[in-house]
Amino acid sequence: MAHDTTVQTAGHDEHHHESPVVFGFWVYLMTDCIIFGTLFAVFAVLRNQFNGGPSGHELFEFSGLGLETALLLVSSITYGFGMIAAHKNEISKVIMWLGVTFLLGLGFVGLEVNEFAHMIHEGAGPDRSAFLSAFFTLVSTHGLHVTCGLIWIVTLMVQLMGTTEIPERMMNKLTCLSLFWHFLDIVWICVFTYVYLASMI
Amino acid sequence: MSDLHTSPSGESHGSVSSYIIGFVLAVILTAAAFGVVMSHSLSPSGTLTAIAVLAFVQVLVHLHYFLHMGGGSEQRWNNMCFFFTVGFVVILVIGTLFVMNNTALHMMSR
Repeated sequence: MAHDTTVQTAGHDEHHHESPVVFGFWVYLMTDCIIFGTLFAVFAVLRNQFNGGPSGHELFEFSGLGLETALLLVSSITYGFGMIAAHKNEISKVIMWLGVTFLLGLGFVGLEVNEFAHMIHEGAGPDRSAFLSAFFTLVSTHGLHVTCGLIWIVTLMVQLMGTTEIPERMMNKLTCLSLFWHFLDIVWICVFTYVYLASMI
Repeated sequence: MSDLHTSPSGESHGSVSSYIIGFVLAVILTAAAFGVVMSHSLSPSGTLTAIAVLAFVQVLVHLHYFLHMGGGSEQRWNNMCFFFTVGFVVILVIGTLFVMNNTALHMMSR
């Protein structure tokens, strides 16, 4: 081992190693990455199969996309500030930052649902063409993940309320959610680049 | 013990400044990608290449500053899983495009 540590724990030769819970969650995220990879591959194959329906160029707008991207990007840094507060054991700050992150994420999901409703209303629903089927599958899978993240944020906020210190178990939960939330932001980079911007060139 | 867990060498969780650096870089890269597409200053294929490169760099920025990935020995297993997955996804996406493109050519569906 390149580094030796002072704590002696039974049967572990790697210290400073993050909790096995966090590593397990990391492995889950990697499988999630494969799901998104598959959906991106589907979208890449079907992206020009319009079947006479509207193309991405006609459907997507810069303003809505920019706002969605901004909300998700800002929510990433607010969650980061929450994690920093958690490491300092400042629980009221953690709850405050989680709340801000929740509102930003909620704004993102709201905009996305609004965009989908608008598209379906205009006859550009998932049943219109192969392109739109692939689009709705990919983007709504991401949106569903964000929604799950929102539920998770509220759960942790409730669990944190009224406590005076953050035990290791709670820290693991916050760290897993941190990985989840930042991972979703990375998926969104690929979505706004390859799904939206690439269709708007 | 708990001290070691809440404040390990400072690498595994970021500081305020590292989050802000990451955020500023992400904003610049996102704005650049939007700007390239909105300005129509490059050819279509040039624009596509530019936004692909910008997205790749931004993913690296997020991995480093937000997910705190690094080359430390304590992250070896995380990195191993990650690179296996990236390799898997690359084979998946490129393989799918190759096979489906070939199929479309042979079926003369375009």
